[in-house]
Amino acid sequence: MITLSGVKKSFGPKTVLRDVDLHVARGTSMVIIGGSGTGKSVTLKCILGLVEPDAGTITVDGQDVHEGDRDAFLARFGMLFQGGALFDSLPVWQNVAFRLLRGALKRPKVEAREIAIEKLRRVGLTPDVADALPAELSGGMQKRVGLARAIAADPEIIFFDEPTTGLDPIMAGVINDLIREIVTEMGATAMTITHDMSSVRAIADTVAMLHDGVIKWTGPVAQMDAAEDPYLQQFIHGRADGPIAAVR
Amino acid sequence: MSPAAPLALLGRAVLRVLAAAGRVALFAGDALSHILRPPFYGRELLQALLQIGWLSLPVVGLTAVFTGGALALQIYSGGARFNAEAVVPQIVAIGMVRELGPVLVGLMIAARVTSSIAAEIATMKVTEQIDALVTLSTHPMKYLTAPRLLAALIVVPLLVGVGDVIGIFGGYFVATGSLGFNPAAYLKNTLDFLEPLDVISSLVKGCAFGGIAALMGCYYGMQSGRGAQGVGRATKGSVEAAAVLILAANFLLTGVFFSI
Repeated sequence: MITLSGVKKSFGPKTVLRDVDLHVARGTSMVIIGGSGTGKSVTLKCILGLVEPDAGTITVDGQDVHEGDRDAFLARFGMLFQGGALFDSLPVWQNVAFRLLRGALKRPKVEAREIAIEKLRRVGLTPDVADALPAELSGGMQKRVGLARAIAADPEIIFFDEPTTGLDPIMAGVINDLIREIVTEMGATAMTITHDMSSVRAIADTVAMLHDGVIKWTGPVAQMDAAEDPYLQQFIHGRADGPIAAVR
Repeated sequence: MSPAAPLALLGRAVLRVLAAAGRVALFAGDALSHILRPPFYGRELLQALLQIGWLSLPVVGLTAVFTGGALALQIYSGGARFNAEAVVPQIVAIGMVRELGPVLVGLMIAARVTSSIAAEIATMKVTEQIDALVTLSTHPMKYLTAPRLLAALIVVPLLVGVGDVIGIFGGYFVATGSLGFNPAAYLKNTLDFLEPLDVISSLVKGCAFGGIAALMGCYYGMQSGRGAQGVGRATKGSVEAAAVLILAANFLLTGVFFSI
């Protein structure tokens, strides 16, 4: 479904993606792991067209992501941003229903609000948060609102950028379970980037390890622990010694 | 140091300025094109009209009334040196309408609105809200820049008009209250002296200054670097650029309207 071939990206003198090849099959959940600054977020942003790759091709269902109707392309996606990226000036329900209040997927306001409240309920939030502003919510609640916004228009593909960063272990577990349930229930294709190995085990069907701008290892999550790749083993066990330098 | 080094430095500075001017011109063209092309975001336009227009009225009014009053005092005391105290109504009117009204309102808008737009958009950028807009199939230029620019183009000339009137009345209150001018004669002299071109130039300047103020806020906000420092730099840069461009545009427009 999503295929990256030979994707390269540099920011000035700093090369972030050297040569990324990756394939995500329809209806599966892939988790990309790797240290900070290895280009995980840039990879997702390249797929969405938020960042233009310097070289290589990215296709979704065989079509280049830079060709065709951009609005129709983006309408297939939902994304949960690391910090939530909720719009401060809008109440929670309008954040969730943002796509349903304007553009091609526009619905009547009452219907959009009903869908927003239903999605909020789906992520474990009560309807009374609908009229609150994002700043009035805790970090965990903001994350769940972000998740509700990501699934509001029932997208085919959902991206999760560090979904559990900054959350306590219980809330992280709740978010992991929600993501797994939503992906399974909606039959969506998911790509998640995280450092959190408990998230990897809860969310992933397949795992890709990104290091130094290339995919070092990829395979089913069940084979991850037995894999012999030294980069992967150092990362999943959190060892200071190994091929990945502690100071980068 | 080579003898040509200062020239090289100057050349690099000129190239940087030209490149920045080109980027701003492209940004302005893009923003204007989004004003004309659907979809239109009416709610965001109304909010921008409220923020830029209605909520700026107190600061514009206070600036104008004090400036008009001070202008009356200055003209009266300066005019006394050559027995020309009687020209206070005429000079206050022409000074407020042609120059001080539009320039001071423009600078107040730069301080109040440009800084606010730049800080808001820059914060949205560093917190990935701009990226979120894109993923939600909403063009940031259309959703953030076009409504603010259109609102400024509509409402800043109106603010300038209001500022001109309040400034003239600032002079009127000082002149009639403490300088011994007859109220009816003051108003008659003011109205008789002003010409349509004075008012037109004032409103055109207001439109230009409003456009500059909104564009600089949006441009610097969109170009913001990372973190709190990036937001701070964007805000500071936007106000500096808007203020300088407003003064430069004022000089050019004054030349266009009144050069003989």
